[in-house]
Parts: sequence; C-alpha cells; structure tokens
Amino acid sequence: MLATGIGFAYQFADSFAFLILSSIGLAVIFGMMGVINLAHGEFIMCGAYVTVLSARAGLPLPLAMVLGAAVAGAIGILIEFLVIRRLYSRLFDSIVATWAISVIATQGMLIVVGPSLEGLKTPFGSFELAGLTFSWYRILLPVVALAILASLYLLFVKTPFGVRARATIQKPEMARALGVNTDRVYSLTFGLGAALAGLTGALYAPTMTTVPTMGSAFIVQAFVTVVVGGTDVLLGAAPAATVLAFIQSLLTASNGQLIGQVGLLLTVIVVVRLMPKGISGWMLKGSE
Amino acid sequence: MSWLSGFNGPQTLGSGLGFWSSFAAAVVLLAAAPWLVESYLVNNLAYFLLWTFMALGLSVIWGHAGILSFGQTAFFGLAGYSYGVISINLGDANGLTWVAFSGALLLTALFAALVAYFMFYGGVGNVFVGIVTLSITLVMETFMAQTAGPEWAIGSARLNGFNGMSNMPPLTMPGIVEGGLVLEGNALYWFVLALAVSVYLGLRRLVNSRFGNVLVAIRENPDRAEMLGYDVRLYQLAAFTLGGALAGVSGVLYTTWGSYITPSSMGLTAAALPIIWTAAGGRKDITTTFVATVFLLWLSQTLAVKGAQYALVLMGVILLLVVLLAPDGLVLLASRALARTAAELRRRRT
Repeated sequence: MLATGIGFAYQFADSFAFLILSSIGLAVIFGMMGVINLAHGEFIMCGAYVTVLSARAGLPLPLAMVLGAAVAGAIGILIEFLVIRRLYSRLFDSIVATWAISVIATQGMLIVVGPSLEGLKTPFGSFELAGLTFSWYRILLPVVALAILASLYLLFVKTPFGVRARATIQKPEMARALGVNTDRVYSLTFGLGAALAGLTGALYAPTMTTVPTMGSAFIVQAFVTVVVGGTDVLLGAAPAATVLAFIQSLLTASNGQLIGQVGLLLTVIVVVRLMPKGISGWMLKGSE
Repeated sequence: MSWLSGFNGPQTLGSGLGFWSSFAAAVVLLAAAPWLVESYLVNNLAYFLLWTFMALGLSVIWGHAGILSFGQTAFFGLAGYSYGVISINLGDANGLTWVAFSGALLLTALFAALVAYFMFYGGVGNVFVGIVTLSITLVMETFMAQTAGPEWAIGSARLNGFNGMSNMPPLTMPGIVEGGLVLEGNALYWFVLALAVSVYLGLRRLVNSRFGNVLVAIRENPDRAEMLGYDVRLYQLAAFTLGGALAGVSGVLYTTWGSYITPSSMGLTAAALPIIWTAAGGRKDITTTFVATVFLLWLSQTLAVKGAQYALVLMGVILLLVVLLAPDGLVLLASRALARTAAELRRRRT
C-alpha cells in the first residue's frame, strides 16, 4: 500500500514536471503574443542538442544546460525578427510559418547531424524506497518546474519588463501611446519562450535519446496543457498540469503508458466542451 | 456554355472557354497517359492524384470555411487502417473490397463529425481547433506505433505497430472479367483519375452553391453570418466532415495503391504536407490547390532520390516563402507573372 502510494506520487510528480516543462515555452509565447509556435518542439530539440554536444566537449552539465537555453533563445529572437514580426496582423499565417520552420529544422538536423547522437548519462544516480527504485534527477525536475513557474510569476508581476509585457498584451495601442516599445517586448517575449523551450530540452537531454524528431515527443503534452490551461496561460498552467498529471498517472498506473496518453486527449476534448476558455477562463469567470 | 454555369461562380477561378478547353485537354491527356508514357510513370501519376483528395478537402475546410485543421492525416490514417482491417477480414471476393472501401469512409466521416461536434458545438476558438486536430493525429500515431504485439489484432488483421499493416487486397470490381477486375496498374490509375475529376467537378459545384457561399461568409465574418440567421456550427461541422471524408478517400486509395499503411502517415511531418500543398496552391481555390499538390508531389519525388530530408527541407522553405511573400499561393503568382510577360511581349510587338 505504501509502495503504491509512493509510486503514484513519484509518477504524478514526474508527469507534472513533464507537462509544465514541455508547455511553458509555448505558454509564454501564446499567452503573451497569441502566436502558437509550432516550432516549439524544435526549440526543445535545439536546447537538447546544444547541451549534449557541449557537455561531451567538456563543459560542466549545468553550464551546458544554460548554454542550450541561451542558444535556443537567441535563435528565437532571430526568427521573431526575420519571420514572426512580419505576420503579426495575420495570426493564422504566423502559425503556419512556424510549422514551416519546424519542418526545416527537423529535416535540416537529419541532414546535418544524422539520425541520432550518443546521449548523456542521467546524473545523481538513484535510491531505493519501500522496495522501489527512484531517480534523484527525476525528483529534481518537478522542483525545477515549480521554480521556473515562480520565477515567471515574479518576472511578469514584479519587474518593469513584466508590467510592459502585460500592458502590451492587454492593449497594444495604448501601451505604444504610453511609450512602450511593443516590438521589443514581442521580440524579448518570443526569445524568452524559445529559451524556456531550450531549457526544457536541456533538462531532459540526460534522460532521453537526442534525435532530430524528439520535439514531437513533447508537443502533444505541451498543447494539451495550454488548451486545458486556457486563456490566461500563466495562471492556468499549474492547475492544468496538476489535473492532467493526476489523470495521466492514475491511468498509467492502472492501464499503462498509452492509455495515460489517450486519457489526456479525452480529457482535453471534454474540458474543451465544458469550459471552452479552459481552467483559467473558468477561474476568472468566478472572480468577475 | 450555359450547361457549365453550375460549375462556375464567385468561389472558383477560371470560367471562360479557354479555361474549360484546357481542362478538357488536360483530362484527355491524363486519360491517355497509359498509352503515352511507361507504366512506371503511370503508377507515379496515380500516386500524385490520390493525394489530391486530401488537399481539396483541406482547401474546403481551411480556404473556404476558414477552419484551421492541422490533423487531416488523422482521417487519412484512420481510413487507411480501417480499409486494411475490414478488407483483410472480409477478403476480396464478390466485390467485398467495396464494403471495406465504403465502411472505411463511413467510419472516417463519423469520426470527423464527432471531432467537429466537440470542437464547434463546444465553442473552441479557431486557433485551438488547429491544436486539437494536430494533437489528435499525433496521439493516433503514438497509439498505432505501439500496436506491435500479437494482442493488437482485429479479427485476422494484425496492426503490426511501427512497421504498419500490409498485404491488404486491392480494390476489385466484380463481374467485369472472370474473378473480378482487380484495380491495380492502369486500372487503378483510371479509377483514381475518374474519381479525382468527379470530386473536382463536384466540389466546384458545391463551393459555388448556397452552401459554399455561406461557408465563405462564415470565414469572412462568423458573427455576421450568425446574425443573418445561419447556424455557423452546423455549417462548420458539415465542411469539416466533408474534408475529413475526402482525406479518408486519399487514405483508402493510398493503402490500396501501395498495399500498406504505417503510423508515420499520421505523424508531424506527414501532417505538414497537406498544409504545404494547400498553402502553396493558394488555399482559397480548389483548382490552384489541385495543380500545386500534383506539382509539389512530383517535385518532392524527384528530389527524394537524394534523400527524403532534402525534399522536405525544400517543402518547408516553399511554405515559409509562400506565407511571407505570396499569401495567394504560387499558382496565382505564376499565372499572373505569365500574363504580365505575355502582355509585355504583345506591347513590344506593336
């Protein structure tokens, strides 16, 4: 009984971390700019590749991870400048353009670095509790996920950048009239989202094989969390991930990995039918 | 030309004598292809044409109704797998493959209608429709990829996981020749061509009908369409179901053409292709979509000799450039450039 409880808690924390981390970069860009970044998975892939390659070149793992996030962020800012900026008035086209970038990045990586890369070992080893084996690194990930959420909250609520960014989402014209450089806000926000995606790739790089198509392993979870989270993405991410992780780990424990995934999708369809604006829309409606 | 008037209208390009005579010439030329080119090319042509149904369906959903569907491959794959499962179980005697054909399409249309019901009657925002449809196709890929074990079988049809299903019987017309006319080679090509021409003409009528005009009204302004008394959700559901069923036609034909279907036909890369063809063609018109689909498939196949990655990178670049520089699509861009050059030449001569 104890073992089942601990096993479930571990599974839950693991799913929670994966849902938060895989969705957070997408959520920032979507929540702040309304753009769905279909190249999200490729920013994750980019972060993972930079981390693995630089760690194998001798850089300490934490630094390699920071580098992975930084490179993804820099590429994000570049792509915003070259492509996304030109499509702000055409929302759908910006989504399609990011898909084009996704295809180019995945297939380009296949050409440049080949189908797979020798990975890294998961650090910190493991420990045993109540007859089950747990990885320290997997315990660390939920903590990191919560820390990232907390820092984002502080960034958007307590800093001058956050105030300008929120002003820009609410009323771009008004923000501009008050002297906010909205173009720079958009550029930095897209860069931030890309860097967070890169960080996700960096964090998961030691736990999975690094392949050019690895982004698609994250993208369903990312979408699902954002859709269930709803209109106010930053507010909705944590409760959405909690609900979804609970459902997923419950179903995975009783019926296996796949049913867990299918359960996620069914949850989304039902949530969307009952609360079209997601959990955060429902929470905000209560407060009005 | 009055008998053609039903096929012309505000939602389609090309209406004059010139357009319809080139159309007729193209159909005659395509129909004569088995006598003009070698059988390897005919087989390729059948392959190019069988994808056009999915592209035309996306043109109706995305270009005409303004619904962003990124998951047409979900319906493609469902139809392909359904055809495989039903036909392997029933066999190919007495035209039973047509039961598999229509059963697969019916299942696919039902599934599309169900998805559409949850999305449109649930009031899902248009951007989220893109995400939900893409998630559905990706989850279906994951699902099919793990069905490798012997416990994953429906009747006598093994799903075979990542390697996909194979060895389903081809479509067979009963009674024409002894034991039925098996649709493969030239026969399959003619069948696909006839179906493509009928679907193309049918869609021309449909998008220019009252239904098609209401779809465009919804695309332009859903609120206004609703104020005018149209049930927007119902029209969206109908368009989505039609588009899903057309993707299903491609799925079944693809499965019979190569006698296999794999989970990767529902993956992220596969899902991007119909978007690329439709966007490059100029999604608001079915003729340009049709032309661009066949052209890009030919281009991909030619380039794929060096490796599929090179062709896909080029497809991505084309999509990016089209979105940035030519939102009306390449076909219109090319035909306008041709018209300008022709006008320039005429001017110089005089």
